[in-house]
Amino acid sequence: MKFLCVECDKQMTFEERALPGDGTLAATFKCPACGRVVAMLTNPMETQLVASLGVQIGGRGVPAQPLETVRGMVATGRDDAFTEVPAVATAGGVGWSADAQERLSRVPSFVRGMVKKIYADYAKERGIAEITPAVMDTARAELGLEGM
Amino acid sequence: MALNIRTYHDLTEPDRSGLLGQVLAQRARVAERLAVVGRVVAVMSGKGGVGKSFVTAHLARALSRRGGSAGVLDADLNGPTIARLLEAAGPLVVDAEGVHPRAGTDGVRCVSMAHLVQDGQPLAFKGPEAESFIWRGTLEASALRELLGDVVWGPLDTLLLDLPPGMQRFLELCDLLPAPPPVLTVTIPTPESGDAVRRAMRAAADRGAPLLGVIENMSGAPFTGTAGNDLASEFGVPLLAAIPWHPAPETWERLAERLG
Repeated sequence: MKFLCVECDKQMTFEERALPGDGTLAATFKCPACGRVVAMLTNPMETQLVASLGVQIGGRGVPAQPLETVRGMVATGRDDAFTEVPAVATAGGVGWSADAQERLSRVPSFVRGMVKKIYADYAKERGIAEITPAVMDTARAELGLEGM
Repeated sequence: MALNIRTYHDLTEPDRSGLLGQVLAQRARVAERLAVVGRVVAVMSGKGGVGKSFVTAHLARALSRRGGSAGVLDADLNGPTIARLLEAAGPLVVDAEGVHPRAGTDGVRCVSMAHLVQDGQPLAFKGPEAESFIWRGTLEASALRELLGDVVWGPLDTLLLDLPPGMQRFLELCDLLPAPPPVLTVTIPTPESGDAVRRAMRAAADRGAPLLGVIENMSGAPFTGTAGNDLASEFGVPLLAAIPWHPAPETWERLAERLG
């Protein structure tokens, strides 16, 4: 989908995505000519449909993880479904605050290894030395980690 | 005042979302992963309960015993049985390459939703229950795509795709794979099964999928009928095997040999 600023006859550019709650996905677009910003809001079903496709509005922030959609969306996953090889699970020098570790520990083990790597990749790409709950919130919204 | 709105394709500025590009990248990932697989064969039937998974598992084992490498992707996401049939339960290893299949009986590699979903639980997804019919099919197609593209199948001579009854999963496969996969069809002898399987074979042929042949399972009493022969004649393909209720190991060896 694309957005057109009718008044300026200019294609609007993607600005940012956010998860304001209630299953809503918000994507904002800005007119490069007049600066007008509009937000596209999806209802929970539409948000789910986008997630079901395995695509991300605004583009991918980090590379796709193996079985990302399955691990992110299956509600009845086994706790012992995966054995993560340590090289994959390492944070690559990125630290985790105690609060962030505690929050990560509450992620179901079915998806925890993948979520940990996604946050670590996100932090590494942005030069973030320590992952905190605030970093996790930002990453979650930017990367479209609905439900993780 | 009438607005002069341009069309989607008139707007040519770079699209940061690149949704089409993301979808194409997903497809490319599947093609790249399967590039080292000699052949991908869909085992299907329009009829449930004809023993597709049983046939698939034993055929894969026979192919493996003949010296070829074989794998099975259990595409029956809601009723997975392949992991049990191949005695391949246990966790899947994840590393930088992707998710590795489990090696089961006779060395057959397999991945099944049974590896991922808790015993005794249905495949349930997070998300709004209302209107789930809208997104569930899409999500299952995405799961199938990931099982094809994110699993490190490695060099294989044959990858068998064990499909659920009906045609939906096959049609999804046609969209996900570079070309419609060759099809092995399983039926039981009854005319009722023949009716259902005929529709599936016709649909597969209409999509341009090569029909490799028909396998009649549970052949002989108490079932009556000649569905296997009838379908083979009708579609001009071989009846590859008539498998009795209690098949001897040689039955599978012969089937594997005929499949090549």
